[in-house]
Amino acid sequence: MIIPRLAIKNLMGAGIRTWLNVVVLSLAFVIIIFFQSLYKGMGDQAKEAKIDIEFAGGQYWHEEYDPLDPLTLEDAHGFVPGPLQEKVDKGEAAPILVSQASIYPEGRLQTIILKGIDPKQTIIDLPSKFLVQEGDDVPALIGTRMAKNTGLNQGDMITVRWRDAKGTFDARDFRIVQIMRTTVETVDQGQIWIPLETMRELMGMENEASLVVVAKNTVNIPAVQGWEFKNLEFLLADIDNLIKAKSAGGSIMYVFLLLLAMLAIFNTQVLSIFRRRKEMGTMMALGFTRSKVIQLFTLEGAMHSVLAAIIAAVYGIPFLVWFDKTGFALPQGTDFGFALGEKIFPGYSIGMVVGTVVLVLMVTTVVSFLPTRRIAKLKPTDALRGKMS
Amino acid sequence: MEMSNSFLITTKDLVRTFPMGRTKIFALDGVSLNFKAGEFAGLVGPSGSGKTTFLNIVGSLDSPTEGSAVVMGKKIETLSHKQAAWLRNKNIGFIFQTFNLLPVYTVYENVEFTLLLLKMSANERRKKVMQALEWVKLADRAKSKPSQLSGGESQRVAVARAVVKEPPIILADEPTANLDAENSYNILDTMVTLNRELGTTFIFATHDQKVIKYLRRKITLFDGKVAKDEQVEPEKGKGEEQ
Ligand SMILES: Nc1ncnc2c1ncn2[C@@H]1O[C@H](COP(=O)(O)OP(=O)(O)OP(=O)(O)O)[C@@H](O)[C@H]1O
Ligand SMILES: [Mg+2]
Repeated sequence: MIIPRLAIKNLMGAGIRTWLNVVVLSLAFVIIIFFQSLYKGMGDQAKEAKIDIEFAGGQYWHEEYDPLDPLTLEDAHGFVPGPLQEKVDKGEAAPILVSQASIYPEGRLQTIILKGIDPKQTIIDLPSKFLVQEGDDVPALIGTRMAKNTGLNQGDMITVRWRDAKGTFDARDFRIVQIMRTTVETVDQGQIWIPLETMRELMGMENEASLVVVAKNTVNIPAVQGWEFKNLEFLLADIDNLIKAKSAGGSIMYVFLLLLAMLAIFNTQVLSIFRRRKEMGTMMALGFTRSKVIQLFTLEGAMHSVLAAIIAAVYGIPFLVWFDKTGFALPQGTDFGFALGEKIFPGYSIGMVVGTVVLVLMVTTVVSFLPTRRIAKLKPTDALRGKMS
Repeated sequence: MEMSNSFLITTKDLVRTFPMGRTKIFALDGVSLNFKAGEFAGLVGPSGSGKTTFLNIVGSLDSPTEGSAVVMGKKIETLSHKQAAWLRNKNIGFIFQTFNLLPVYTVYENVEFTLLLLKMSANERRKKVMQALEWVKLADRAKSKPSQLSGGESQRVAVARAVVKEPPIILADEPTANLDAENSYNILDTMVTLNRELGTTFIFATHDQKVIKYLRRKITLFDGKVAKDEQVEPEKGKGEEQ
């Protein structure tokens, strides 16, 4: 118990230098935890949004369906098989038919994806209820990004051309009944949503679908011939990877910050060991062994991170709580490449905080220990004479 | 050789050399000296005669090149670093020319320092520290930092630190070299009192005539050899000051 007591005394006795190191290190703590939670918050938010509006409890894909390869969409449809139709009938799943099509906004050809969805479905939060047909016009739903790109407004008519199941070209005018606002680009960009039954009819694809979305928390996932179930882990892998890439970019900053703090501590240690030789000699004369002296100096250095954690908690916790309440407003026009609201709320976890503290503590201890190796060869007589062997 | 039991410290043909370019310096060149409990002895002699080197070996801070030194029954030349540290902690108090107080600790904490390594209750420590501070008349400065003390006061703290564990041996290397006459006498009087009341053996290394006046045994070193070893009648410190 003597060593920790002495270490605290020495550290406090060192005054301003200690506090400078501690403040730098505490900043590193807060910034690392801030950014980690920001990235985690981004990821959580993006995933939640995608689950709500697109994936729900997962999707069965027709075996030909590949959203990344629009050219294959032509063949990516088939009858909704019995077990899935059963779920659809019970309101536990929603089929979606996907096809390629073209539009001509301001006379220029643009390839789009046409998607049919049941207006009465409740599986995903897509505002499909606007697709209930009331007059003669076929209603269509688009997102704000699509509206911006094509110059379409609510109430406009849009001519859409496609090839039906037999490969015959056909075209039809749809009325834009609603422009939806969503953070999820993948249900918006380059897409037009129309009522499922209308689309099946127009395409000559009665009872067919390209994918079937099952309700959230569905546990019963039967295997279905010709269809593959894609779980959330698979569907959200893109986001996970993006977040990983982003936080890897962020970690350059943490490494830099930590490096700065560690350099300051290393420097302090080297200086303090050099300047305090006589003190070490005195301690040895009083009965300290070299290993006790090494322990003392290492602990003194490592204690910087303990103090830093305390200081970081003092100003960091209120800051992070405030941040948790108000969120982080993204600068206008920021595009992170995935679904994000205008505000991000941090995602904290105990593991993240404990992990950061333990990591910093370990690094600080190592950095504090390294310069003390000179003490291991120190002779008490040399130390007393202020000499370093 | 059966005498070694009655001696606190025995050295036999002690040799300590230091490399000096291609040759070596004989800092000690065959020193055989014995010390009994309760002595008030001093090593005198010109600069470089080996006084500090001798104290360092007896204090187990250093090892002899040849010969042997037995302190409190322990052969210095065979002690491990850890055993030597333990011997110093239990049995030997050091007083240095430059005081060597630990700067960030208070007077109280400086004196308490050696006790922290011994297994001792906080209460017992407190009693001993306050008593040691009484001996050197600094109880009222317990909370001061070394930087707030005069040289004389600093050395008195160092004396308190050396005696607080009531060691059988105190080694003092030029304890008065940085003090004025008044403070030197002050310290020496304190040491004589402790020597008489606690029976602590004091061994000095000094050129200071003020210290020499207090000695009861004067050992003159010259070129690493004992030139003279005499019992003397102290001119001062016989108790008349009290
Ligand atoms: N660590 C060392 N390395 C090299 N030489 C040393 C060392 N310690 C002492 N010496 C040499 O050994 C000799 C004796 O030194 P020592 O310090 O014992 O003398 P001293 O009697 O204490 O002198 P002073 O009165 O000046 O303190 C000197 O010549 C000194 O230069
Ligand atoms: Mg000397």
